[in-house]
Amino acid sequence: MGEPWEMPRLLSLTARAPGFKSRRSTNDRCQMSVAMLSVTNIERRDPVSGAVLLHPTSLHLRAREHAVVMGPSGSGKSVLLRSLALLDAIDGGELRFLGEPVAASGVPAYRCRVAYIAQQPGLFAGTVEDNLRLPFTLHQHRQRRYDPNAVVPLIEATGRPASFLTKAAHDLSGGEAELLNLLRVLQLEPSILLLDEPTSALDAAATAMVESLVSRWAERKPAERATLWVTHDPAQARRVGNRFFRMEGGRLEELAGPPPASQANVREIAP
Amino acid sequence: MNTAYLELSWPSLAAAAALILINGAISIALRLGLEGKLAIAALRTIVQLLLIGQILEWVFAVDRWYIVLAILALMTLIAGRAAAGRGDISYHGMRLDAMLSVFASSWLITALGLFAVIHIDPWYRPQFAIPILGIILGNTLTSVSLGLERITEELLVRRAQVETLLSLGASRWEAFRLPAQQAVKAGMMPVINALTVVGLVSLPGTMTGQVLAGHAPEQAIRYQIVIMFLIAAASGLGTVSAVLLVYRRIFSREHCFLYRRLEERNAGN
Repeated sequence: MGEPWEMPRLLSLTARAPGFKSRRSTNDRCQMSVAMLSVTNIERRDPVSGAVLLHPTSLHLRAREHAVVMGPSGSGKSVLLRSLALLDAIDGGELRFLGEPVAASGVPAYRCRVAYIAQQPGLFAGTVEDNLRLPFTLHQHRQRRYDPNAVVPLIEATGRPASFLTKAAHDLSGGEAELLNLLRVLQLEPSILLLDEPTSALDAAATAMVESLVSRWAERKPAERATLWVTHDPAQARRVGNRFFRMEGGRLEELAGPPPASQANVREIAP
Repeated sequence: MNTAYLELSWPSLAAAAALILINGAISIALRLGLEGKLAIAALRTIVQLLLIGQILEWVFAVDRWYIVLAILALMTLIAGRAAAGRGDISYHGMRLDAMLSVFASSWLITALGLFAVIHIDPWYRPQFAIPILGIILGNTLTSVSLGLERITEELLVRRAQVETLLSLGASRWEAFRLPAQQAVKAGMMPVINALTVVGLVSLPGTMTGQVLAGHAPEQAIRYQIVIMFLIAAASGLGTVSAVLLVYRRIFSREHCFLYRRLEERNAGN
């Protein structure tokens, strides 16, 4: 339980990032000091009805960890991810990033490091490139410039021509929209990705593309990156995860291993 | 030049009021079923105006500052309530926000107009204070309600965009900016239209009234110009303050978008 599980393919790329405090030593069980993102007994209630959406939940996510959360629709998976992204205010408990609590004024900076990827990408009028430029108009990213050279190789790696950049955002297919959504976040080099069923509406090819983009991002700096995926697909869970959780009725439970390939123990499959 | 004021007699009033029969005939011919509503609306016009005429005569006669203020406050209250009544989406505190926006912008700009431009004496002179605040309130309430309607709608329609921006590290203000721009534009549009066509398409009420009452058109126009700019300023201010109050309600200090506070109002009247 909670024992870190190295992904062998990442080991060779290990590098200590300067000033990165949370680097974990082997078998260190003192989780508070090593977790990148650490929540203790966070809970969420419906602001209107008062119903419990998330029971007190603790989770410590270390670098190189790729946690997968499965569970029925409405069980609180999105609630957990949105709470971790501080998109919804938590009603109790504590959240620490790199050992520090996040002040109200620090939330935008935190969200740059801990990036939430919604199932429904929010696209803006204009071209793909306009959408990619958008984050650089924000105060948080004022020191940085949009760099097409960073983006074009990623686009080409997914089998699309560079002319993808000039496509109108509103003409994109579901897979392309998610690709754009992901590229827009990845170019900002976040530390943790919170992926809220990004592939549930995509076909197999587009799903593979999303998974490969995420794993390339993770492999570039494995010692300072982690993910938390929500998925309905056990096969995807096995592909992308090295820690496995099940959410049911607002309670999070860590599983000893990956879910079986059959979907027998998954009550509900994405539509 | 004959500037004599023509008094209207009761029979001529009755003749004009009979024109409502044209609307009634249309409703019956096209089976619109509006006869009842028309009758009530016509009656309300007559009764409300006669009543306000009586009240104004009384207010002018007693000439007390506290009575004038009470009338102005009552007008503002009614306008504020009307401003929150539009739109399909509401939130807790919307009525108060509408009231505050209408009140603050109208009173500020009216005070500016009365004291700095027209220089009324005494400061509460009802012949000026009441009609000018009335015109400004009427226009500000339209702008505030358009602005509120638009901002709540934009925030719900653009929810994915707002949350995407926040996820990308936008501050709550940066996430609010685009919907806010749309809403302020929508609120100021009627005023910009009015400023554009005034005198060409419409001869506005103040000026019409003064000309009918026998004043020289040149003075009437000066008053109208003042009124137009007072209206423009108050509408703009009212819209912006309404949108800012929505911002305070719908975004938390922790840069969370509290979209659940926006509720669809029950359909129907």
